[in-house]
Amino acid sequence: MKHVFTVRIGPAGFRVGSDWRAPIRALERLYAGYPAPEDNIPDFTVRLFAARPWRHWLRPSITLGGDFVLPEAAPLPLSQGVLAAEMAMNLQMAMGQRRYLLLHASAVEREGRAVLMTGLSGAGKSTLAALLAARGWRLMGDEFALIDPASGLVHAFPRLVSLKNRAIEVVRKALPEGRFGPLLAGTPKGDIQHLVPDSRSIARMGDPARPALLLFPRFGFDNAERGLGPSEVFVRLTQASTNYVALGERGFAAMTRLVREVAACAIDYPDADAAITHVERLWATL
Amino acid sequence: MNRDATLLARALYDPMSAAPLDAAGWTDLIAIARAEQLTGTLVHRVADVPKPPAASRILADARASIADQRRAALWEAEAARRALISIGTPIILLKGTAYAAAELTAGEGRSIGDLDILVPRDAIAQVERALLAAGWEWAKPDPYDDAYYRRWMHELPPLIHRERDRMIDVHHTILPLTARITPDAQAMIADSVLLDNGLRILSAPDMICHAAAHLFADGDLAGGLRNLWDIDRLCRDFMMRHEDFCLSVYKRARHHGLLVAVQRAFRLARDIYETPVRGYSAPICVSLDSRSSDALFRRRLLARDGWGRPTRRLTRFGFYVRSHWLRMPPAMLVRHLWTKWRKGYRSA
Amino acid sequence: MAERLYRAASAETLLIEPLDEFTLIFHRASGLTHLVAAPAPEIIAALDRDQISAATLLERLGTRYELGDASDELLQARLDELVAIGLVAAL
Repeated sequence: MKHVFTVRIGPAGFRVGSDWRAPIRALERLYAGYPAPEDNIPDFTVRLFAARPWRHWLRPSITLGGDFVLPEAAPLPLSQGVLAAEMAMNLQMAMGQRRYLLLHASAVEREGRAVLMTGLSGAGKSTLAALLAARGWRLMGDEFALIDPASGLVHAFPRLVSLKNRAIEVVRKALPEGRFGPLLAGTPKGDIQHLVPDSRSIARMGDPARPALLLFPRFGFDNAERGLGPSEVFVRLTQASTNYVALGERGFAAMTRLVREVAACAIDYPDADAAITHVERLWATL
Repeated sequence: MNRDATLLARALYDPMSAAPLDAAGWTDLIAIARAEQLTGTLVHRVADVPKPPAASRILADARASIADQRRAALWEAEAARRALISIGTPIILLKGTAYAAAELTAGEGRSIGDLDILVPRDAIAQVERALLAAGWEWAKPDPYDDAYYRRWMHELPPLIHRERDRMIDVHHTILPLTARITPDAQAMIADSVLLDNGLRILSAPDMICHAAAHLFADGDLAGGLRNLWDIDRLCRDFMMRHEDFCLSVYKRARHHGLLVAVQRAFRLARDIYETPVRGYSAPICVSLDSRSSDALFRRRLLARDGWGRPTRRLTRFGFYVRSHWLRMPPAMLVRHLWTKWRKGYRSA
Repeated sequence: MAERLYRAASAETLLIEPLDEFTLIFHRASGLTHLVAAPAPEIIAALDRDQISAATLLERLGTRYELGDASDELLQARLDELVAIGLVAAL
């Protein structure tokens, strides 16, 4: 492929090939400071390509390809190249990750211990992670938390943080010094802007942490808090994992350990400030 | 560099050829293996080849996954056995599940997708009822497809298990009834081999015939490298046990009308994987001399670049059209495509 | 007609993790995880290594646990469920 970009995010190396220069240039800029894949051999290959020759120039649209693909995935316009690359890389992890148990969760770390926040799209896990990072927590990731079945530790996957719609403004205000990607208006998920994790989070991406708190946040409700029993936690976490079944016995071991050892709480919150207060209060009680 | 899947083929039949690969070489090799569904096989074959730590790690991750997949596939077979045992009909495992269940080298590291079984045609209705009662359901609800399937295909419409979310394909013969070649399914069932668990697999010559039929008559050669690898491993295994194995395959293939397919499969296996197959002049004359068209098949089979992309568009297209024509007489093809078109599908 | 006998999956193939009112069972042979409630774990434990009939099973359960209003039909229904998911084999 004509234009190539490589990067390592946490333990996973990626190779992104593109028929157009623009997405590669954007990725190089946003991921500056990230390491290269280990031994220059990436774990996953992603391709951004023109499905028909004329799609290269005529209303150019990017079809996603790679080691693992969803055949029904809709193409994206060239202007959303960074989003296309992000989606394709996420897909490789979601479908191809076999060493770590993958949870759809954001994670932040303090003093060697981590809070994992999981929930449906729109629950606010990316926003909360970004805001906690602004308050001094180390950002481990906003989309995937990687659990090592052998040790029970959570490993960082600090990709570009994906902020949507109103969250963009909230986070930009909290992080005036932050590095942001271009504003992508009118994507299938609304307006999107990417936040680059701070240099400390990037530098420490290889440092795992001990999970200490599992949160199931829900945005847009009055403040509330509810402890969760282990079987409920187990069911919710397996629903939040794309590779639990594929990991077999290792997945079972990792999941049951999480459920047994880590405090779990469902929290409702009306706005980001309330959530941050709530999280830090809970953390202090551990 | 203009890569094709020769990189993968060589690494499989001659693992040490991968030892001098650089980072780019290992990257391409892994991407091609993934695209050809041969990752597990590659892992197994290059296990002892010195390689960079990152390559070791990536392949080790794949290895654990293959073991889990194999376990799940064998469980599917067991679940089918339990569901069908009261019918008392022979159940013959096919393809990857068969190789794994019989612990053949063809099964080592092999990725296994759906469960494929062969049952006698007159048991099909009972089998269908038993599976539906045991938690399987139809994967596609389209009635046109269903009528077409039942009348012309060699299998039931696909079934998927409600809770385990895995598919089962129930065949009553190995090629569609619309194909020009009609293998003798009854003979295959009669000669099948019983496993300890009560399930069956095809006899060795029939496994080769099935793989060869599948390779050419059933598709557009997609997945061909894997299919051909199966043939290579099966041949090597059985030639060790029985010197004139190839001869027994030819005799059987002739009975099924699959001799041409088997000959071509053997020639390509020899060409791509150096499979030590041989021709005979007596008691029957079967030659494995290369034919000029082999080059075109070889080209199609190896049409994969270092990014895992399918290459050689025109060759691929030629094979795609050819495969459809093989499956259906032209008049039926037109009607099939017309009806699908009217329903708003893109033409198949 | 001969009585149906039942046999649990062998102990080595089961990883059992009691949580709260639910119990997790990982079935190694299939790679599947089951979330079950009483009396499933008790039934599996009572089947032990034997092949026994439903009637014998009910008796055995009765000696180990308070059965309350358990009946043949209820037990059969639970057994059938366990057979369907593969943790028990009907012979």
